[in-house]
Amino acid sequence: MRAAIVTRAIDPAALVAEATTADHGAVILFLGTVRDVNEGRAVSGIEYQAYEAMAARELEAIVAEAASAFGTDAIVVEHRVGRLGLGEASVGIAVSHAHRAPAYEVSRFVIEELKRRVPVWKREEYADGDREWVDPTRRHVEARS
Amino acid sequence: MTVTALLFASYADALGKPRVELTLPDGATVREALAHLRDFPGGAALPNLPLVAINLTYARGDSVLRTGDELAVIPPVAGG
Repeated sequence: MRAAIVTRAIDPAALVAEATTADHGAVILFLGTVRDVNEGRAVSGIEYQAYEAMAARELEAIVAEAASAFGTDAIVVEHRVGRLGLGEASVGIAVSHAHRAPAYEVSRFVIEELKRRVPVWKREEYADGDREWVDPTRRHVEARS
Repeated sequence: MTVTALLFASYADALGKPRVELTLPDGATVREALAHLRDFPGGAALPNLPLVAINLTYARGDSVLRTGDELAVIPPVAGG
């Protein structure tokens, strides 16, 4: 198990290699990447900021919970901070398990919990030069109204 | 007692700084610390009860602070 906040590029092959073990028949890699549009606005990049000490701790707790709930400790997660360009990975999760169904479940659990509770923020930079901190709670309210 | 408040993202922008030293009466709660923060220039932008953490662990409005604590005021998280 490993969880980290990183300032360098995420290396998918290295994550997969780290999570792969000879007794596991299923390996899942999830990458979250910077998209070129959000809510109809053209995005040119995203700056990620974290409360690094707490974010690392929450990530470690999530990985430990997943390991205990799903019966594998072959879980590696990295969240990158700093300024990322289009297509770059902001988060990488590699999981292996003896079987594919729980491997998918672990991967999903880690990304959903990460989005719910890890103190990381993102400021989108738009093609028109504007930039704005993303507030998912405000957007949910607007989407319902 | 003194408590260090840490601010992030839009909250740091609103107050124009990432950390504020607060002088509070002994036994003060998170809610009281937040009321103090709201008196700083730009502090009115903080919501009534934002997410908070004390010394890296999520806490509540009625959590009691101790001198030297690190109180993080956490905007809605947007990782991933």
